[in-house]
Amino acid sequence: MPGYSDPGFDTLTIHAGAAPDPATGARAVPIHLTTSFVFESSDQAASLFNLERGGHVYSRISNPTNAVLEQRVSALEGGIGALTVASGQAALHLSVATLMGAGGHIVASTALYGGSQNLLHYTLRRFGIETTFVQPGDIDGWRAAIRPNTRLFFGETVGNPGLDVLDIPTVAQIAHEAGVPLLVDSTLTTPWHIQPLALGADLVYHSATKFLSGHGTVIGGVVVDGGSFDWAAAHEKTGKFEELAAPYDGFHGMNFSEESTVGAFLLRARREGLRDFGACLSPHSAWLILQGLETLPLRMERHMRNTEKVVQFLASHPLVSRVGHPLLESHPSHALAHKLLRHGALGAGSVFSFDIKGSRAQGRAFIENLKIFSHLANVGDCRSLVIHPASTTHFRMTDEALSGAGIGPGTIRLSIGLEDANDLIDDLKRALKAAEKAA
Amino acid sequence: MNISIGDHSLYAYTGGKPFNPAQPTVVFIHGVLNEHSVWILQSRFFAHHGWNVLAIDQPGHGRSGGQAPKSVAQASAAVLALLDALGVQQAALVGHSFGSLIALHTAAMSPDRVSHLGLVGTAFPMRVSPMLLDLSQSAPEKAIAMVNTFSHSTLAPPPSALGPGTWLYGGSAALMRRVLASNPAENVFHTGFVACDSYADGEADMAQVRCPVQFILGDLDQMTPPKAAQTLVKAARASGLSVDVTTVRAGHSLMTEAPEPTLAAMRAFLGA
Repeated sequence: MPGYSDPGFDTLTIHAGAAPDPATGARAVPIHLTTSFVFESSDQAASLFNLERGGHVYSRISNPTNAVLEQRVSALEGGIGALTVASGQAALHLSVATLMGAGGHIVASTALYGGSQNLLHYTLRRFGIETTFVQPGDIDGWRAAIRPNTRLFFGETVGNPGLDVLDIPTVAQIAHEAGVPLLVDSTLTTPWHIQPLALGADLVYHSATKFLSGHGTVIGGVVVDGGSFDWAAAHEKTGKFEELAAPYDGFHGMNFSEESTVGAFLLRARREGLRDFGACLSPHSAWLILQGLETLPLRMERHMRNTEKVVQFLASHPLVSRVGHPLLESHPSHALAHKLLRHGALGAGSVFSFDIKGSRAQGRAFIENLKIFSHLANVGDCRSLVIHPASTTHFRMTDEALSGAGIGPGTIRLSIGLEDANDLIDDLKRALKAAEKAA
Repeated sequence: MNISIGDHSLYAYTGGKPFNPAQPTVVFIHGVLNEHSVWILQSRFFAHHGWNVLAIDQPGHGRSGGQAPKSVAQASAAVLALLDALGVQQAALVGHSFGSLIALHTAAMSPDRVSHLGLVGTAFPMRVSPMLLDLSQSAPEKAIAMVNTFSHSTLAPPPSALGPGTWLYGGSAALMRRVLASNPAENVFHTGFVACDSYADGEADMAQVRCPVQFILGDLDQMTPPKAAQTLVKAARASGLSVDVTTVRAGHSLMTEAPEPTLAAMRAFLGA
């Protein structure tokens, strides 16, 4: 209705994509747990399959509950639309598979989630897609890594777990000069912290498992298309991206760029990617993520306030040799965080790492003596979490690759939750004392 | 497909089907700072239901060459040149906003060439506020935001173009930026607004029309509210034309925000 004109971020987190259900009047978003949707007629069925009409056919391709989540995350990111998928990893795979096949090449940041690094370095290589890794801050390195078959630049907004802030405007410019898009993983930040599309990225994705849902209850992912990259122009210039700018036999000869000037990626990713790879999100999971999204601004403010207090405590503790958060002036991304993030360096996230002085045994003693922090492989929960990356999330990486990603053998990663900050600090204080005794 | 008209080529999306001279033809004409893809669902439907579809990018917009039309009359000339180039003797014309004025003027200039006249989100006069006219030139990004806000009526549309999961505000803004960037030689945003604002022949043009006329109006439209179309509705009725007025629950971006009721109205009008 007209009163909705120009809504703000907090309003969008609650209202984007959702209206009272026209059939029942339900105000909250209903969970549409159905595989399929009845056709009105044979003609309507054919039209839906042929993209002549908008609507739902089968929940692997689209679902009304998922569509609300897709619109909402798009609204928050400033995109043109989104696809919800089974996980953050599915979001990365779908993005890559929509843009290239065997023979493609990716230039990626070294500071990535271990699963992403694994997918790019090992698994995609098996399918003929190669990746060159560069330090996120090595601007000349991004440029030098470009090959004639490069089809994608990829990095994390703040690299996991060193929190190296990606210079999105600069990296995007290099990508665009080379005629390729920039995909950004914004899982650790969320659109409350940073809006990568507005800074020049073309595609952004989240593991919605983390802060978007926020309660450690659901696995899901979402890819948002900024609609900014001109696939047809790039294809005309370089011959790349025939997937998006040339007729596709797999979908009635459709040229996705001709069909939708700004939505070609979304069309192909849904109509081929979800149809053929099938990594769809359950509507129940979509609903859980929507529940989390509705309190995103409130939760993130609290996450960041707690993080600030914990960072200050750790930075002044004698047993801590390093705290890797851009809040600290000593962090290499301190200035860039202030420049790019919506809430300055405070907005660099509540997942960060620090190093304990001493042996691996002391590191283990620290983790084992925490009471409130849970030792597990996740981040972005309302509960505070802790993990030792070298032995868990990044265990497949060599010491050299670990070092490249800013991770040491004694690095501890924390995900600061929504508990009382004083209780978190007391917990850390107690565990550090135990680590000291374990020397 | 690209069609040569005069000294440049005009792009027309055909809905994934080749042009067939034996079929009836419908020409879709977009509004200011838009192009063919705003009609994606309606145009593709007609293309697969027995019609030749020519969803054009106006000259100087998107994939079309040439200079952007400075007036409704110049834009109409391009439409007629397209029909001539393809040997189409008569076509249905469906226009949105600025495109509706172009369709109307074309039907007035060559009544025998137009079988149906569809006016979607129309108004006469189609005045553009001085502030918006100025911003379209001095601060296009601000003007895009304003137009985008005024053109949509809901944060929660039903499955819309491109389909489920589309965020219409973002899609519309991205398309407008793309069209603006498609022509570095001139500001087609400002040129289009000036053409709308200066068009003064609505009632006189309607008096020349000889075919059935359909008005599809958004009852939540803040850009061209239904009452602003009444001058043309009355003029059409005064001419004794067959007139259909269909109101759709939508804002100005009817084709993307309410694609199903918009398509249903068009199907009823064109007999598809």
